[in-house]
Amino acid sequence: MLSLRHKDIVCQQAVELVTDYLEGALSRRDRRRFEAHLRACPNCTAYVEQIRITILLAGAIDAEDLTPKAREELRDLYRGWRRE
Amino acid sequence: MLALLRDGDEEAFVSLVSRYQQPMLRLARSFVPSQAVAEEAVQDTWLGMVRGIERFEGRSSFKTWLFRILVNRARSAGTREHPAAPTEPLHAVDPARFNDQGQWADPVDRWIEESEQRLDAAAWSPVLKAALEDLPPRQRQVVLLRDVEGLSNEEACAVLGISVGNQRVLLHRGRSQLREILESKMGKR
Repeated sequence: MLSLRHKDIVCQQAVELVTDYLEGALSRRDRRRFEAHLRACPNCTAYVEQIRITILLAGAIDAEDLTPKAREELRDLYRGWRRE
Repeated sequence: MLALLRDGDEEAFVSLVSRYQQPMLRLARSFVPSQAVAEEAVQDTWLGMVRGIERFEGRSSFKTWLFRILVNRARSAGTREHPAAPTEPLHAVDPARFNDQGQWADPVDRWIEESEQRLDAAAWSPVLKAALEDLPPRQRQVVLLRDVEGLSNEEACAVLGISVGNQRVLLHRGRSQLREILESKMGKR
């Protein structure tokens, strides 16, 4: 996403690399720089943690139950389809 | 489950509907202009699933196959996708949060050290749902498939018919925006 010309990356660049990092899409060199930055930077470490928590919370969205009415309607549709 | 479905087992169908109706509605809603059209697209998908289950060969996961049918139906039901709107944020984090050297101007909050209650997933569910609805459609589609439904990047790309690179950009923007919304609410709990 960003080309890293300088040896060290700054926080503002690091936050743009988080998804590539988590997706395993960084080159080995960029990953090393990113991880080196994290080791030295508690703020970006906290930021990556926030992104991980965001992902966790998104995965925990409760699927609201279908109403019995909606379920019965779909069951009726299914019976109709099976008869066709 | 597949064998039961192929045999026309009604309970297998109902349990599938219970599991996927809401996730499919949520995804369909990002393609079409109204809830009613989304419901039609989902119903079409169930019919397509019933008709096509004989031909499902298991080359992809069942879930990927099902979501692909949905995306095809939803797209033909009336797409509201448009090229990246200019309002989509191009920065993961507001540039005002960094100093002249590109370093964080203020410390970043550590969510994990807070009380367990603050990270109670059930309590955050409504916030996440509302935040997802605010995402631009293409970002929302990727976040729903990847982070809510737990599909792999290959599966999400197959469902949406987009490249891995494009998917990653959309995921990055979507997740960044969700984080920002969570952050804005964290302090208030």
